[in-house]
Amino acid sequence: MSDETTDGPSGPVTTLATPIRLDFDFTPGVAQSRFLRGLEQGKFMGQRCSVCGKVYVPSRGSCPTDGVPTTEDVELANKGTITTYCVVNVPFAGQSIEIPYICAQVLLDGANLSFMGLIQEIPTDEIRMGMRVEAVWVEPDQLTPSLASVRYFRPNGEPDADYDTYKEYL
Amino acid sequence: MPESEALHASHHLEYPYSRSVGPVIGAFLTGLRDGKLFGVRSPGGSVIVPPTEYDPTTGEDTGEMVEVGPGGAVESWAWVSDPRPKHPLSRPFAWALIRLDGADTALLHVVDSGGPDALATGDRVTVRFRPAAERIGAMADIESFVPEAATGGSAR
Amino acid sequence: MSPARSVRPVAVASFAQAPNLRRDDQHNEVEMLMPVIAEVFGNIGITKDDVDFICSGSTDYLIGGPFSFVTALDAVGVWPPRAESHVEMDGAWALYEAWVLLQEGVIDAALVYAFGRSSLGNLNEILAVQLDPYYLAPLWPDPVSLAALQARALIDAGRGSEDEFAAIAARSRKDALGNPKAQVAKDQTVATLLEDPYVVSPLRRHALPPITDGAAAIVLAAGDKARQWAPNPVWITGMDHRMETHALGARDLTSSPSTAAAAAAAGVADGPVDVAEIHAPYASQEIIVREALGLDGSVTVNPSGGPLAANPIMSAGLIRIGEAANRIASGQARRAVAHATSGPCLQQNLVCVLEGE
Repeated sequence: MSDETTDGPSGPVTTLATPIRLDFDFTPGVAQSRFLRGLEQGKFMGQRCSVCGKVYVPSRGSCPTDGVPTTEDVELANKGTITTYCVVNVPFAGQSIEIPYICAQVLLDGANLSFMGLIQEIPTDEIRMGMRVEAVWVEPDQLTPSLASVRYFRPNGEPDADYDTYKEYL
Repeated sequence: MPESEALHASHHLEYPYSRSVGPVIGAFLTGLRDGKLFGVRSPGGSVIVPPTEYDPTTGEDTGEMVEVGPGGAVESWAWVSDPRPKHPLSRPFAWALIRLDGADTALLHVVDSGGPDALATGDRVTVRFRPAAERIGAMADIESFVPEAATGGSAR
Repeated sequence: MSPARSVRPVAVASFAQAPNLRRDDQHNEVEMLMPVIAEVFGNIGITKDDVDFICSGSTDYLIGGPFSFVTALDAVGVWPPRAESHVEMDGAWALYEAWVLLQEGVIDAALVYAFGRSSLGNLNEILAVQLDPYYLAPLWPDPVSLAALQARALIDAGRGSEDEFAAIAARSRKDALGNPKAQVAKDQTVATLLEDPYVVSPLRRHALPPITDGAAAIVLAAGDKARQWAPNPVWITGMDHRMETHALGARDLTSSPSTAAAAAAAGVADGPVDVAEIHAPYASQEIIVREALGLDGSVTVNPSGGPLAANPIMSAGLIRIGEAANRIASGQARRAVAHATSGPCLQQNLVCVLEGE
């Protein structure tokens, strides 16, 4: 590109900022609403598949294996097993939790699907697979239909779960 | 518990893109920053505005930059009486495809004609740039186009 | 022989669609899709294990979240792992991909589906983001504005008028009264419609498509399998898709060369066309596509009501193929053309030619 087309004090333009912002009003549908309403009551609600019998939490309304609607609601225990975890040391923009922190997959008792949770009240070098944990909820008057109702999971003092009880969920 | 009431939550996606523009688009944007309009010449002789790295019809690499405008003719237009939040103007305006003098393709922008009756296909319009201090090398450096008749001739 | 003509006989064996709603705030995408997939299989007594390939069309930008097309597979049930693919396009293009694999003999049957909830976000802004990011998108021109520019160019060229746009809208929505899945169906006169205010001139409200949440599915099968499953298989004799330049100002918006090229390659003119299901979301665009397909006044256009009666983004093109196939399967037509579009002002177009046994 020749210089004579630019007689301004700066050089040629080489980048263009093109910020995009899109706003949404999201509605979760039947199954996820059941899970969220459960959180509002301080409970973990899952759904069972009528074909294979597996319990999914949170449920999206279908068994991912059989493709059939999951219509049976199941209340799950407030405790479960850590199947795997990671200790986060990487800072990122918008981070609200102090690093290092533990992020783990929690398999609630009665569920056939683990989900991600924050683990607290344990030093990061003591976290291990098989550890038994329980959910710590917000105060009853602060419960909302969202995962913000669950503050975090913490060890509940039970002996570690046998590897065989969760090895299918790794 | 009113289960029949649908839950909903607002959220937004936000991407702070910063794109490298290359020499062809870059030359056009540099021109905007400097208060000029450019097209690019294709091997077949057409002048493409806004410039692309290739001829949109033949796919051949384009060549040198050519200054175009500042005036041109309206090839098509559409009146927006109720501008949306992200539209270029917040008062009623016309979108227009403008064939700038010297160009063989049309530029999409807006014409600030004041009302739909003040604009017709074929009308001559001229560019109204933002003040130099506000120009950064983006399409928004052009505030709008205005009917040439309103300005008594071309204006920078 | 053009690669756009079927060498191996492949048919639409089954078609199903969700009710087309302005806003489905009761169901998520999986819950919308499950009944559609159950119906498309149930129509012909097959299960997911009978298809070799799954291909879907959708866009994460409608839901504003990543991988919505992956979670949608929960509606099919994909364990053990299945061969599947996805296009960030209308389901008509997903059907094209499945058809290519069927032509090559790699598979014998496919499930194609599409879905989208346009109601979750601001569709006018979402569709602006698909435009050229340097020159067009920063101005945020919505699809109605762009269609309006095209409509005015058509009027200026003497090839369309506001009266014609209104007549197309009136015909479409009246025909939609016969379509139980249509969202907008009513009988109104052209004179009444012309009293609508402009949304973006020269387009009045009636010339615009509704905003629709919807989903659809089709089962494609080859040769004997199609005859075994479907009482009236509808054969795809040709299919092609073409795209025009992304540079809006370099196009002649009053014609659709990509549709004409796709139609020629797919063999539209090889025989008489009884029915055309045209994916022209704006009434003005029907004139342009009709011309590009080379259809004369004897062709019945959009007996389903077309996109003016229901326009579920990402499904509307696939639905045109399904609706055209249904006309043939039910004996109301012998040969049909289905069209799908994507991008601003008919930038990208797919043409599918269908025939009965």
